[in-house]
Amino acid sequence: MPGASSIPVLDFGGLLLVSIQGELPDDAAVSLQEDITDAVVRTGSRGVIIDISSLDMVDSFLARVLAEIAASSRLLAARTVLVGMRPAVAITLVELGLSLPGMDTARTITDAAADFGVTIADTVQEERNTT
Amino acid sequence: MTYGPPDSDAAGAEAVAGLLRRRREQIAQRWADLPLFQAVFTVTREEAVEACYSVIDSLAVVAESGRVEDLDAPGFDPIQRQLSAMTASRARAGLSTSQVDREVSALRDAAWDLLDAETVELGVEDTGEARVHLVTLFGTLRVVVIEAMLQENQEIILRQRQQLLEMATPVIKLWDRLVAVPLIGMLDSARSQVVMENLLEAIVEHKATIAILDITGVPTVDSLVAQHLMKTVASARLMGAECVISGIRPAIAQTIVQLGLDLSSVTTRATLADALQWALGRDQRGELPARGHL
Repeated sequence: MPGASSIPVLDFGGLLLVSIQGELPDDAAVSLQEDITDAVVRTGSRGVIIDISSLDMVDSFLARVLAEIAASSRLLAARTVLVGMRPAVAITLVELGLSLPGMDTARTITDAAADFGVTIADTVQEERNTT
Repeated sequence: MTYGPPDSDAAGAEAVAGLLRRRREQIAQRWADLPLFQAVFTVTREEAVEACYSVIDSLAVVAESGRVEDLDAPGFDPIQRQLSAMTASRARAGLSTSQVDREVSALRDAAWDLLDAETVELGVEDTGEARVHLVTLFGTLRVVVIEAMLQENQEIILRQRQQLLEMATPVIKLWDRLVAVPLIGMLDSARSQVVMENLLEAIVEHKATIAILDITGVPTVDSLVAQHLMKTVASARLMGAECVISGIRPAIAQTIVQLGLDLSSVTTRATLADALQWALGRDQRGELPARGHL
């Protein structure tokens, strides 16, 4: 069932792709956690990519939810990769002592997909490089 | 402590104020020829004389109030503004504090001579009082000047510290998606913060997957510096970039061990060359996503 978080969990060739846009209220974060876990079971996916490049701020609650998503996905044999964290967010999390030790990270979605052995065509990257 | 003039002082204060008002023109003409005013107002002499007038008038206000020792006295405010600008320009011209101080003391002598000329009219007792007030007044004026000098120097130090911060922390793109920061000099909290921010911004800009922190130029590593390095590494990792610390000299390696610092979670290499080889080697083995030209 599509949950109340209203954040789409896309099935991208066996990988689950989640892009968190704008501010995420606490209850929406919890629903997202349920949505992702459900989707991992439903699709039998081995990987979850969570893009947070548009988040200005990650509080301790969201950090915990993200860690829990990673932990519960791991129980279901899916690895979670966090993508596109902004410098300010990274500094804040480290200052808070939340360096998310069990979490995999990548700079771009292309990198994260490559981590799972999925190559996103070079043309896409070249196009992005030229813009 | 109050600055209200006791009755015996009142006559001296008035005498000084009177002197400054009566001899305004003469004092201003003498001052305008002194190096302090001459060097600042180079365009016309009238300009210098005008500036002298404004200082003399303000000094007269201070003398009248009797608060010749009080930096907060009403007249000192405009003096402060006028002299701050002048001493700042003298400081920029390369004069030391004592040199500027000497130039300011010269202002007193001009007024002193004129007081001598009025001894007959004022009477011996009042002249003595006036002298005490005059000396105190110009003493306070020197304090104002020295304060202005110190402030100017402080600003220079601040500006230079800012420049140093900007200069000392370049982030270099070594290879496609590989950046490096050659750290040079002592790392304090402020600098570490700048290094961290610059590096993380560069990681975003270059989509870097590996960042090399080279500490060859860092003289000592204490627990605070190590903590800053660890924080930088942790932040970079959160952003999806791997950090390697290179340029660890033997002495520093020993210090780190003796301090009991745990850097086991961080990749370290002895030299920048080793770190570069490691970074490129990792790429060829395909452990990291292939990128660009590699």
